[in-house]
Amino acid sequence: MSAVNHSPSADAILACEGLSKHFGGIRAFTDVAFQARRGEVTAVIGDNGAGKSTLIRCLVGVHVPDAGDIFFDGRAHPFANPDEARKAGIETVHQNLALIDELTVAQNLFLNREIVRRIGPFALLDRKAMKQQARAMLSRLSINMPSVSQRVRRLSGGQRQAISICRAAGSGAKLVVMDEPTAALGVQETANVEALIRRLREQAVSVILVSHNFDQVRRLSDQIWVMRAGRMVATVRGSETTGKELVALVTGAA
Amino acid sequence: MSAPAENASSREAGAAEESRPSLAALLLDPSFWADWASVVGLVGLVIVFGIAQPVFLSVANLQALLLAAAILVVLSIGQTFVVATAGIDLSLAAAVMLGAIILGLVDAAGYGIFLACVLAVAATSAVGFLNGALITAGRIPDFVVTLGTLSGVTGLGLILSGGEPIMVGSTFLLRLASGSFGPFGYPVWVAISAVLVAHIALYHTRFGVHLLATGGQTESARSLGIRTNRVKIAAYTISGFCAGIAALLLVARIGSAEPQINTSLLLNSVAAVVLGGVSLFGGRASILGPAIGALMLTALVNGLTLLSVSAFYQPLAVGAIVVLAALIMRYQK
Ligand SMILES: Nc1ncnc2c1ncn2[C@@H]1O[C@H](COP(=O)(O)OP(=O)(O)OP(=O)(O)O)[C@@H](O)[C@H]1O
Ligand SMILES: [Mg+2]
Repeated sequence: MSAVNHSPSADAILACEGLSKHFGGIRAFTDVAFQARRGEVTAVIGDNGAGKSTLIRCLVGVHVPDAGDIFFDGRAHPFANPDEARKAGIETVHQNLALIDELTVAQNLFLNREIVRRIGPFALLDRKAMKQQARAMLSRLSINMPSVSQRVRRLSGGQRQAISICRAAGSGAKLVVMDEPTAALGVQETANVEALIRRLREQAVSVILVSHNFDQVRRLSDQIWVMRAGRMVATVRGSETTGKELVALVTGAA
Repeated sequence: MSAPAENASSREAGAAEESRPSLAALLLDPSFWADWASVVGLVGLVIVFGIAQPVFLSVANLQALLLAAAILVVLSIGQTFVVATAGIDLSLAAAVMLGAIILGLVDAAGYGIFLACVLAVAATSAVGFLNGALITAGRIPDFVVTLGTLSGVTGLGLILSGGEPIMVGSTFLLRLASGSFGPFGYPVWVAISAVLVAHIALYHTRFGVHLLATGGQTESARSLGIRTNRVKIAAYTISGFCAGIAALLLVARIGSAEPQINTSLLLNSVAAVVLGGVSLFGGRASILGPAIGALMLTALVNGLTLLSVSAFYQPLAVGAIVVLAALIMRYQK
């Protein structure tokens, strides 16, 4: 186990230092240093309420941190809003903020990245192209979806999660951030997502993965970061750790 | 724009495309009736009034009905954009009054009718923009902000006009009110154009998708990079713009700018939106629905008048229909 406190190295795609976030009187996390290396799968683990999701949201511009610095691609680059993060090449699968119920599968997959056709000064949606590409995106991940024109409201939890993963992975991002992507998935679907994460890594896409499944984390991750009660308490190489050690780090029993 | 056939039924086209339910199953499904409440209601009213008072179906009456509906249709479209973001614009009728008064004052000051129209629409759009800015920047509930501007704008209208109606004797507006092209009067064409433009904006532009996303789940939309505050401000500005167009039609229709709010216009615009199957919780909207809802409410008033029912009963009838529609909406998919 190495020390937690080091400044972002040159090979970090996303890093932060001294990051803190409070919600009124609730401390989500304090003085967090973290980095994800380029081309690696970086995991963040910790108990419920440890602050993982809030950290992720600060890193990708959903929340503005109270203090601290964020670096993307070697430059000090806090994102003022999620749009800037997406434009910089970060796609995120959020834990709770996933899909818009009233929109269709295809509309969700292309939300804020809609394909348009220019007609004079006007840009009109190219729905046909979006539906076609949506079908292709879903089948590439072997996601079973009766219709891409269906509203997502009535889809199962697993189908919904699959769609948001598909959206994040299918867009050619530099960095894909996934907050508990397999929490609602069955065995087969989980295996699909794990294969997808490996494939992203092979394509030199960096991945940040939040998960409670320590076996999964050890199978997939190059580096594992451990949060406990709002602090970043440890970081270990995925290949050098054991499930036992991770449990000890997460619970603080070490 | 994609194939016209797709436009017409764009909202449900997708679902029907891959699994088309049989007609019988469709007719037994309460959500079908909920989705088409305004059409069913309109057809029902036309049949009932047509039987009770055949004059109702005369070409002259139908033309008068459409003329009378034009203003409400335009306002309902504005209200729809706001309601789609899970908001509500209570200042709509007050903005119409302000627009009318500014039109009257600028025209009376001799700056010409075109400048008067432009300034009127600019003023009502500014009211809408102000609503949106206060709601998003001030994080104040829509209801409270637009209630505030309802009062503020009414006051401004009274101050500007001194409480006196302003006669507007412009030949341009006279022609707008009484002229016609083909089967319809110009105001009807204005309403039809508004419906078309709004429909395209809602279903065939990125803005439309972002509008529905913002109304559906604001936080999720924001996490995907949609500037939800801008979308809300845009929706209120559109609502204000529609109030401006309605003000032009109103002044053209009555020939003067009256310093009083037509509260039934406001209530009927919300009623038309509800009748049109637009969710007051946001995220779900159509343009044809509220437009038909507006037609239906106008037909109701028109029919009751033809049947010589006292005008005092009209608000009661509108209220009953809206509550009934809201009940039916509970079965919406
Ligand atoms: N928007 C918010 N407003 C107020 N408190 C919040 C908000 N978001 C998170 N918190 C609080 O911050 C703390 C950290 O929450 P967070 O969601 O980051 O935990 P987590 O590690 O992702 O947990 P889990 O494993 O259950 O997803 C919790 O105490 C939570 O209640
Ligand atoms: Mg979480």
